[in-house]
Amino acid sequence: MLELAWLILVFPALGALVNLFVGDRLGERGIHVVASGMVVLSFVVSLGLFFGLAGLDEHHRTATVHLWDWITVGSFHAPAALLIDPLSVTMALVVTGVGALIHIYAGGYMHGEQNFQRFFVYLNFFILAMLVLILSNNFVGMFVGWEGVGLASYLLIGFYFDRHDESYGHYADAGKKAFLVNRIGDFGMLLAVFLIWTSVGSVVFEEVHHGAGALTAGAATAICLLLLLAATGKSAQLPLFVWLPDAMAGPTPVSALIHAATMVTAGIYMVARTHFLWELAPVAGGLAAWVGGLTALMAATIALTQVDLKKILAYSTISQLGYMMLGVGVGAYAFAIFHLVTHAFFKALLFLAAGNVMHGLPGGELDIRKMGNLRAKMPTTFWLFLIGASALAGLPIFSGFFSKDGILLHVANFNIPLYLIGLFTALLTAIYSFRAVFMAFLGEARDQHVHDHAHESPAVMTRPLWVLAFLAVVGGALNLPVLLTMEHYLEAAVGAPAFHPNVTMEFVLLAVSAVVAVAGVGLAYGRYVKGPSTGVGRISGGVARLVSPLELVARNKWYVDEFYAAWIVGPLLGLSVWFNQVVDQGVVDRAVNLVGQVSLSLGGNLRKMHNGLVPTYALSLFCGVVALLLWFVIGG
Amino acid sequence: MLSILTFLPVVGAVVVLLAPGDSLKRGLALGAAIATFVVSLLLLPGWQEIPDMQFVERYAWMPELNIYYHLGVDGISLWLVLLTTLLMPIAVAFSNQHIKQNLGGYLALMLLMETAVLGVFLALDLVLFYVFWEFSLIPMAFLIGKWGSQNRIYAAVKFFLYTLAGSALMLVAILALYFNAGTFDLLALQESGLPPGLQQLAFLAFALAFAIKVPLFPFHTWLPDAHVEAPTAGSVILAGVLLKLGTYGFLRFALPLFPVAVADYASLISILAIIGILYGALVALAQRDLKSLVAYSSVAHMGFVVLGIFALNEQGISGAVLQMVNHGLSTGALFLLVGMLYERRHTRLLKDYGGLWASVPIFSFFFLVVAMSSAGLPFLNGFIGEFMILLGTYKSSPFFAVLGTVGVILAAWYLLHAFRQVAQGELTNPANFKGKLPDLNWAEIGQLLPIVLLFFAIGLAPNFFLDKINPSVAALEVVQTPVAGEALLVDSSHQPPTTSANSYLTTIR
Repeated sequence: MLELAWLILVFPALGALVNLFVGDRLGERGIHVVASGMVVLSFVVSLGLFFGLAGLDEHHRTATVHLWDWITVGSFHAPAALLIDPLSVTMALVVTGVGALIHIYAGGYMHGEQNFQRFFVYLNFFILAMLVLILSNNFVGMFVGWEGVGLASYLLIGFYFDRHDESYGHYADAGKKAFLVNRIGDFGMLLAVFLIWTSVGSVVFEEVHHGAGALTAGAATAICLLLLLAATGKSAQLPLFVWLPDAMAGPTPVSALIHAATMVTAGIYMVARTHFLWELAPVAGGLAAWVGGLTALMAATIALTQVDLKKILAYSTISQLGYMMLGVGVGAYAFAIFHLVTHAFFKALLFLAAGNVMHGLPGGELDIRKMGNLRAKMPTTFWLFLIGASALAGLPIFSGFFSKDGILLHVANFNIPLYLIGLFTALLTAIYSFRAVFMAFLGEARDQHVHDHAHESPAVMTRPLWVLAFLAVVGGALNLPVLLTMEHYLEAAVGAPAFHPNVTMEFVLLAVSAVVAVAGVGLAYGRYVKGPSTGVGRISGGVARLVSPLELVARNKWYVDEFYAAWIVGPLLGLSVWFNQVVDQGVVDRAVNLVGQVSLSLGGNLRKMHNGLVPTYALSLFCGVVALLLWFVIGG
Repeated sequence: MLSILTFLPVVGAVVVLLAPGDSLKRGLALGAAIATFVVSLLLLPGWQEIPDMQFVERYAWMPELNIYYHLGVDGISLWLVLLTTLLMPIAVAFSNQHIKQNLGGYLALMLLMETAVLGVFLALDLVLFYVFWEFSLIPMAFLIGKWGSQNRIYAAVKFFLYTLAGSALMLVAILALYFNAGTFDLLALQESGLPPGLQQLAFLAFALAFAIKVPLFPFHTWLPDAHVEAPTAGSVILAGVLLKLGTYGFLRFALPLFPVAVADYASLISILAIIGILYGALVALAQRDLKSLVAYSSVAHMGFVVLGIFALNEQGISGAVLQMVNHGLSTGALFLLVGMLYERRHTRLLKDYGGLWASVPIFSFFFLVVAMSSAGLPFLNGFIGEFMILLGTYKSSPFFAVLGTVGVILAAWYLLHAFRQVAQGELTNPANFKGKLPDLNWAEIGQLLPIVLLFFAIGLAPNFFLDKINPSVAALEVVQTPVAGEALLVDSSHQPPTTSANSYLTTIR
């Protein structure tokens, strides 16, 4: 079975090509069947790989499928080959599984769109690139997927390339921004690959793993810092997270698939994949943990202040990715991947439910201030969103509770302040997720026009969500605290953490997390449902007043975009214009023309010699050549 | 065989001039260009993956002066020859559609230029090389001067004089080499080992000629003028092939003949290349005219090629050879697209466009793919070349590689900016509306498709191309690094840049 792994790439490639070339003859339905069917087939292959791997001995669950020799120059070699191990298979299952559900959903969501065909071509291409990213057995192959998903993301964010509105500006600019910010991360990735190859002599993961012993601590740290830069780009961490909120300009299934469940987790995957380098670079790991923790906190504060439902979810994604970064930073790779998986379930669910809200409201309304009491109009979507929010908030039993807690457990052992940041962020998470639930679905309808026109979505847009909802609830069972199945499964690929918590500590921290999550929901309930006059409401109001000075900063997204505009983009554009108008035209070109003019006027004085007789020309040419030759020969 | 290849276009040019009627001229010119391409393809079946010159032809030309008619092709020139023979039929096909005035002369000049360029790529005798080199100027200058736009005379004269002045010193240096070694033969000169002092001077003379042709910053200002004024097919050939004469010159002549001088000047030239990469990209970003944007992008891209060459190792140089082909394909395609747009709307200003994706989706799709190729997106050709170049540069000098990699970010910026201004955004100008602005026709798709297919072929199976390039590159004296130097590089790879920059010298000596 494992040697058939290449099939997993063939299906989405085929889907993209078929729809690109003959999609216009297939009609909406045909396009949708081809695109979704191909991803389902890839999912089937992923399952086959999972079972194929399960048949192998527990300690040797890895296989390389060589496809062809891709780049060979001198001692440099990058194959086109797939690495099948527990990590890549887990990722492949998530990408193709969640991907298939979202493809199916998107058939309903995009129904009647002008560029229906183009949308599914992009979406299949995305799945292909994402699979290349997670299955490649070497850094260069991973980079192919890394940039490939960037292209898909760029195209899909700018899918409505002619639209603009207040919330997102020109949609095409949002796509461009995403691509360029990611390129800054790619810059780090490229340099990391160069450094790895010059120090270890290979770019193949397994060979780098074996040769990593030859790395000095300084080189390992430099590599990991560069990889961290790459991860902050793709996984939207400080300081490069700014593209992700704008990326919500893309159609909602895209937000769910690319900008929540899969692509943005690539940075986390990459760190887990290169765990053997991070183990040599504790400084870089510590920095990654702090980047993750601070990103989680900052994004959660922003999420609290947003009024656009998709933007709340976008900042929540940044925040949750921060948790994952925190996890890989402290070496809890298996838990970080576990959280990546559960997050893929519940965040895809939340986005698609938000898509139903958008779909069901006039003008695709997303402002939660204009919603309220939507439960009456779209009960199914309400329950789906509620389940997603509960998992996000980390309420006990739900999947997010277990996975987030696994990370926090390791953080507590690593650094207490960082643990407290994580815990406080968990509180904020519970508040903002239920703020969204309460403001959108409960209470009074705040805009009668919106409420009157609200309607539930068709079955194709709710059924796939139930699958995700089911997974969001029970996903935690993949790794029950006592059974430890998934963690153990992944350790074959990412190594076991050095730290093993005792059961008491584990249960104490679980209890603390549970209390915090419930408290967060309670505070949100008090503020957004009960109102300030009630008991709970008064407590919530008090807390809100306490943090109000921060609110302005948070609402303005900590002014990070403004900072970049003023200090990086602006100066570069200024330099660009200055180079063009002053330096190029005024200095370089003028110097050239000056030389030309001087020669011409010299030529004028010498015109006497230019009598039009060929022998004279030949003679002077000869003299000149001889003179120069003399200079050469003597000089040499 | 190489002689047939080289002179077939001249025969074509003569026939085109003599033939009556424009449609016959069109057919004959295209036929000659395609026939040349077919002949060049015949190099592939018999190709041996060895470092030596293949298909060599050598006849006495002026025996008393020891000048030979000596042609040969190796891994460094093979793909450049094929690039030339591929782009020429495409350029002729485009011209056939759009050139009305004095068609026969135009087509004949194009074919003459093909001969000149192929001659440069194939000549192994310095005199023969110099003759082809200078001859390549004349058809191009006429194409710009006669068929260009408003400011064409200025651009043509500037192009002609600038590049001519650059190569005057090269002629002197060629003669100096002859007086030193008694031969004009490249391979013999390579064996002879020139004295270091002569190497220094001769290198500077050659390098000036090549640097102007590439063009390397600060010798680039003729390029935007020439491109903006040149007719589309002229731009395609200028950017696609003529610029490569400069980088090819560095590879074929400067590196083998003057290894000592090359080592001394590698850092300086790399710095100029990096300035070109960053400066060219930023200036490209400021352009309001799409064609001059593409022209400045060439300055940046050719900077990468030079950077790779002067990394002086296999990865950098093989990457540079491949990147020459890549740049020829992607920039050639960009100029074609600009030309197709210009023929429809008679403007190249970015502000006159916007939202074309809605009205001309096929054009926009090609534009996107070509822009991505140019931006070095993996899956496509540009990535392979850029990656190998930067990897090789990193091996010689991490600091230079860091700066060069910044250029990768900037390249995405100006290309996405161009795509954003042309294809995305709202469709506001009525002249661009669907129906008013026709999408690409089959002939135009036929011109672009071979190029785009090659993007994917090189991106997915680069080894088919690299396997033929590598042996010749590995045989270059400058890349034959001692093992000790290699180890030293590994250790110094995370040292501050000053130490690493010096490692050039360590690498070579």
